[in-house]
Amino acid sequence: MDTVKILHFLTTPWVFLLWTSFLKSFIFLNLTIIVVSVTVFAERKVSALIQDRVGPNRVGIPLTLFGAKKDSFFWGLGQMVADPIKLLTKENFVPAGVNKFYFWLAPKLVMIPPILILAVLPFGSTLFGIPMTIAEMNVGVLYIFAISSLSVYGITLAGWASNSKFPFIGGIRSSSQMISYELALGLSVVPIFMICGSLNLNEIVDWQIKNGWLVSPYWPKGFELSLLLHPSDLIHALVAGLSIQRFALWIPLLISFIIFLVAIFAETNRLPFDLPEAEQELVGGYHTEYASMNFALFFLGEYAAMFAGSGAIVSLFLGGWSCPLIPDGSHGWFWGLVNIGVFFVKVSLMLLFMIWVRWTLPRFRYDQLMKLGWLGFFPIALGNIFLTALILAFIHH
Amino acid sequence: MLLASYWFFSTLTIAFGATAILLRNPVSCAMSLAVCFISLAALFISLDATLIGIMQILVYAGAVMVLFLFIIMLLDLRMEKSRRLNFGATLGGGLVIAAFLSMLTKVILSDPEFAKPLPPLAASAPDNVRMIGMTLFHSYALPFEAIGVLLLSATVGVIVLSRRTLR
Repeated sequence: MDTVKILHFLTTPWVFLLWTSFLKSFIFLNLTIIVVSVTVFAERKVSALIQDRVGPNRVGIPLTLFGAKKDSFFWGLGQMVADPIKLLTKENFVPAGVNKFYFWLAPKLVMIPPILILAVLPFGSTLFGIPMTIAEMNVGVLYIFAISSLSVYGITLAGWASNSKFPFIGGIRSSSQMISYELALGLSVVPIFMICGSLNLNEIVDWQIKNGWLVSPYWPKGFELSLLLHPSDLIHALVAGLSIQRFALWIPLLISFIIFLVAIFAETNRLPFDLPEAEQELVGGYHTEYASMNFALFFLGEYAAMFAGSGAIVSLFLGGWSCPLIPDGSHGWFWGLVNIGVFFVKVSLMLLFMIWVRWTLPRFRYDQLMKLGWLGFFPIALGNIFLTALILAFIHH
Repeated sequence: MLLASYWFFSTLTIAFGATAILLRNPVSCAMSLAVCFISLAALFISLDATLIGIMQILVYAGAVMVLFLFIIMLLDLRMEKSRRLNFGATLGGGLVIAAFLSMLTKVILSDPEFAKPLPPLAASAPDNVRMIGMTLFHSYALPFEAIGVLLLSATVGVIVLSRRTLR
């Protein structure tokens, strides 16, 4: 009797929306945090690989404490636990002369925007009929831009509140860099809206499932594994995917993909654009005066922003949670989970690419960075919109 | 639900609008104005006007206020010294506010339009981005372009002025 009542209550539309949203937020936030901490570890391991070192390999499970003969190192995976413990237990030193309130507030403001962005990312198709986006919004892409434009506050305030020269220069550099590259970032995705006709991330992913990933110039129409047994149908599918318009649109889409990718690097303050925290000239940049968990929030905020940026790239250009030959969540909960897995695999590959770039390219000079943003990407992105409009107007299917 | 979010965010908007005036530290003023804009955006979003809400954050909180903050920090404005209240000015200001409020209430009470209950929200359009685009570029294309030209001329004017001082 009571269980019937509870079930009835739980399936009332707004209660259902409420508890599923809470559950989704909880699960995806935790998955993200796990990915972030693995990324921090991967950064150290990959950098070691690139620089021909061993990297962290000592921290494992201390089995000798429990009477075993040997400790188990697990390739140093214990470092993922040891780092947070170190950061949490360190003294949270606040220098004299800082503006206490903003000094305390700034790291939180860096961490909040990337977490808010997770709300609109399509993590997967559906699971038990529930869409795997926490909040579906018809202006999802603009929401990402709006929220990421707020992340300037944390860094600028950190630089100002520290009341010290190097952090201040770092904060000023960061805000001008982010404002400059936001323009290129926003303009570079306009061709996508013109082609897909939507600002909704889910609809953009759906468009890519039907018409192929936006970075690819060609996509066989209605290709399935069973077609391999029917060669004539297979050829038909392969030919049906060919279209002049798609090939022509590939040029502006590739340009906007490259601009978006580079702008994401600049927005997350990653090398080659990490001028705000350039160690050789600014000590540590805007977080020089921070210690302990306040420092860790800047650190994790950067990685969370990398995750959010990779999620945006994957959803906009690389087909989101979709993968050829893998059905979506309407074919059963197993495929729903596989879709979520595909999304996380794609995001992880993007993160790996970001790490790889960091340990490969040298840092830009500051005037070069500004020149690239204003004289390079901004006009190219504007011209790209024009080019897309011309192609859409004059070349038909 | 709508009413609760309306009261919450409108209180927040007014409270942070007030602190933007009352606080003495220029950085605090700028930050409270930013929070004021964000809660205003939340009000728009709770009315299903997501595009306007997002634009509010993108343009005002994300661009305009960041530039304000930037300039405040670069100019190194010190905290304003708290002045003693000027009795006459306070009295005058209070009188102006009282007169304005009394006139406003009189107008609101006298007009029968305000006595009517508010009409229910129009059924939320599934694609209000498309609707705004249609309105802007079909019905109001000429004013829209005129504003664009106006902004462009303002930008060119700023560049000309700053060049002249450089020489």
